[in-house]
Amino acid sequence: MDLGQPRAPSPTVPVTLTINGTNHSLDIPPFVTLLDLLRGNLALTGTKKGCDHGQCGACTVLVDGVRINSCLKFAVSLDGTEITTIEGLGTPDHLHPLQKAFVEHDAYQCGYCTPGQICSAAGLLSEGHAKSREEIRELMSGNLCRCGAYTNIADAIEDVMGAEGRETVREAAE
Amino acid sequence: MRQFSYLRPTGISDAVAALAAEPTAQLLAGGTNLVDLMKYDVAQPSAVIDINGLPLKEIEVLEDGAYRIGALTTNSQVAYDPRIARDVPLLSSAILAGASPQLRNAATSGGNLLQRTRCYYFYDPSTPCNKREPGSGCSAIGGINRIHAILGASEACIATHPSDMCVALAALDATVEVTGPTGARTIPFPDFHRLPGDHPERDNTLQRGEIVTGIRVEGGRFAAHHSYLKLRDRLSYAFALVSVAAALDLDGDTILDARVALGGVAHKPWRNPLAEAELAGQPATRDTFEAFARRLLSGAKGQGHNDFKIPMAEKAIVRALMQAASGRPQVQSEKRLR
Repeated sequence: MDLGQPRAPSPTVPVTLTINGTNHSLDIPPFVTLLDLLRGNLALTGTKKGCDHGQCGACTVLVDGVRINSCLKFAVSLDGTEITTIEGLGTPDHLHPLQKAFVEHDAYQCGYCTPGQICSAAGLLSEGHAKSREEIRELMSGNLCRCGAYTNIADAIEDVMGAEGRETVREAAE
Repeated sequence: MRQFSYLRPTGISDAVAALAAEPTAQLLAGGTNLVDLMKYDVAQPSAVIDINGLPLKEIEVLEDGAYRIGALTTNSQVAYDPRIARDVPLLSSAILAGASPQLRNAATSGGNLLQRTRCYYFYDPSTPCNKREPGSGCSAIGGINRIHAILGASEACIATHPSDMCVALAALDATVEVTGPTGARTIPFPDFHRLPGDHPERDNTLQRGEIVTGIRVEGGRFAAHHSYLKLRDRLSYAFALVSVAAALDLDGDTILDARVALGGVAHKPWRNPLAEAELAGQPATRDTFEAFARRLLSGAKGQGHNDFKIPMAEKAIVRALMQAASGRPQVQSEKRLR
């Protein structure tokens, strides 16, 4: 077995990550979280640091299409994965449908939690488990909004779930 | 954060050897608890052994029809597996009652068993805590103890186990599969976690170098009559003040078999198999369940701020058993109690 030199702390570990479609070969210390790598080393500051303890969801990104809290992942443990941040979801000229819906529904006040809300909503849509407004709310509970824009956030997500989805949601609510 | 060395073994035996060789090493799976504890300087591993490359990510059906859930399956993977949702809905429901979607996407089955208490003094290295620093004292006894244990506590520790998943696994008589330096063995779920006694620093009965590889759980039997009822300070994304995993096997209105485990009230999921056995042959009525609830809570003792948990648990046990008996389990996205 080859476990390297386990006794002395290894200064850096080589890691290959695909971030928003771009390959990055990096040498990073093992204590660097994905969140700090994104914001510090790669200057992708769209992903926000809120609590830094997995309690607020502001740092939510997609790893291989799955939403996680980037503050609770050592980047070295994600070798070979594809990461999507808010910068990879849409551009100012071509907004992601969720970004457009958040604008249309005024689904924020200060905007600090918004990148995490939108990445989380993108994960929720691809998971496909939310079928009603009640389920959207439950499955978005990992993202706190201290301005309290929850009603409009749920509206924006419902909107993107589509006309067919809205019918289902209305029926379920009645 | 303190420096640590980082290892990435690809086989179970390599991981076991690395863990056995360095007693101050810790395993990294989903990281949702360990990374947090390292940020608070509560966990100080000299080495982090990243086991995400180990082949423990499957849910298998065994010859006897039971399920073997690999230690590295994620909470979401297990909860939404159509076979688990159909045959072991109590487990599915308990998992979905816990944490948030993001955390469930990262957290693993093995990690769920090994997560540490959320006692606020355990998390604060500036305060005495026998679990974090044996012999230093317990700050929760006589301190702020609203979330603490009412059953099985000791003079050294009144912390609770924070898991929802484990409460369901306890009720379902699951088995934990582990591999260590001397080979593999299985641990019945009630023997996996331990009460604090004089050694609250030990959460479980794993031996040095042992790794949880999987969880075995029977399916089908309690699929029709079950409920996971979780009571907490907010309606989602909070740890349980009191939770109940209830499972019944009924013949009409007569109880054939009953299993009830409590979460949020003790250092491990709390059961009383003798009291459960006495339910066999009795009618599935509120009177029966009220008498059982009192029996399950016998010896319960509040610490001051958490005295409310005793009547809350009594009512929750009855409610969860009524839900189970009627075949209308609590739905985790529904914010009204059924």
